[in-house]
Amino acid sequence: MREEIRKKLEEKNNFNWTVHNELETRDFGLELSSYLKPGDVLALEGDLGTGKTTLTKYIAEGLGIHENISSPTFNIVKEHRSGRIPLFHFDAYRLGSGDELLDIGAEDYFYGDGISIVEWSDIVEDILPEDSLLIRIRYGEKEGERIYQCIF
Amino acid sequence: MKNGKHITLGIESSCDETAIGIVADGREVLANVISSQIDIHTAFGGVVPEIASRRHLENINGVLSQALEEAQITINEVDLVGVTYGPGLVGALLVGVAAAKAISFAKDIPLVAVNHMHGHIAANYVEYPELEPPFMGLVVSGGHTNIVFVKDYNQCETLGETRDDAAGEAFDKVARVIGLGYPGGPKVDRAAKEGDPHAIEFKRVYLEPGSYDFSFSGLKTAALNHINSCRQAGKEINVADMAASFQEAVVEVIVNKAISAAREFGQNRIVMAGGVASNSRLREMIREEGEKYGIQVMQPRPLYCTDNGVMIACSAYYKMKKGEFAGPDLDAIPGLEF
Repeated sequence: MREEIRKKLEEKNNFNWTVHNELETRDFGLELSSYLKPGDVLALEGDLGTGKTTLTKYIAEGLGIHENISSPTFNIVKEHRSGRIPLFHFDAYRLGSGDELLDIGAEDYFYGDGISIVEWSDIVEDILPEDSLLIRIRYGEKEGERIYQCIF
Repeated sequence: MKNGKHITLGIESSCDETAIGIVADGREVLANVISSQIDIHTAFGGVVPEIASRRHLENINGVLSQALEEAQITINEVDLVGVTYGPGLVGALLVGVAAAKAISFAKDIPLVAVNHMHGHIAANYVEYPELEPPFMGLVVSGGHTNIVFVKDYNQCETLGETRDDAAGEAFDKVARVIGLGYPGGPKVDRAAKEGDPHAIEFKRVYLEPGSYDFSFSGLKTAALNHINSCRQAGKEINVADMAASFQEAVVEVIVNKAISAAREFGQNRIVMAGGVASNSRLREMIREEGEKYGIQVMQPRPLYCTDNGVMIACSAYYKMKKGEFAGPDLDAIPGLEF
């Protein structure tokens, strides 16, 4: 499973990937973590409950971050520096536009030395760097199933 | 000093509110000014962005003047300045930290750095003049769900926290989906009063035995799944039942964990803090359960549950008593832990 994900990522084309449970989300997150590099911005779109924070949690695990990754909805951004690359975890849920994210210094993070992950990125898409990676997450047919539309 | 009393000024700007509180001898409230409660447009003019350090910058001087006026003191009578230095938004925190440093330097008075979460706990010292540590603390808000063992005024140990969503956040998100709108907490609370808390039996998530951590993300997803399957089947959603059942599942877990923590650590008092501490079902259930085990539950008025400067001033006063001062190199720490 993980090898197949790795192959897909290395091809650098857009692709869809279906996970059927949280274990498979973890596989995907771990593989994605070794594909991401400092300065990357990963935008996550998807309804409530599609697992944006859960996916981020496993990317963080892959980066060797040991602290707990909880939802940044309230704080807008949380910094995690205990892994091999810093992770800046954003959540635009409470924001009205990209300008409000700029007000809290988003550009310093996006163009900094870490990886930025932005939940609810559709709200702030006007200010995301052009080369941002995008994953759209949709509910699948069955409970627990999620479809990742990766636009890289 | 004012009338022989020690005066502390507390500044809070970690998130949405610019707030300043002034207390005498640590617990007597002389002023409590919160920016969202005054008409910003009239006071300062212009359009104000919802979440921005810029807004704090525009507010802070006005809030300070109003607080001094309310306390009927001048800045020269202030003996100590306390400020929130984390956790929160970095740009927002920096405004308060810079203001506090400026006052401390200009008036040559000591500066104390306060952890916002310790501040929420300290709100109870203002509300209950006799209260002293140790006790079990329960902080429930939009951004936090923590059980903390408060050993002393400047010493807290986190026993448990949320691993995903905070309780208040789960309330807000579910409220939005069932069409109750913002702010979700109070709206769910109100709607739930008309509903059956056992209409939908959501799974209570306790994690590993003995853990004081929380997880509300699965409950949020379960609530969404329930709503979606109702919609697909063309069934109408009973908003009151949904609100009541969801609230019951959140509250029951919080109450059981808080009571277990108090018992395990031999504490007969649970002290609540944070915005969700105003939830009426949480207040009711924790009191009932507490009574069974001889545990007294303390809750500040809603006024002191939300972010305010009084709680920061109070916490700063007791940190000063413990000799914990900050220097001019104080910096904001957005990810500060409890």
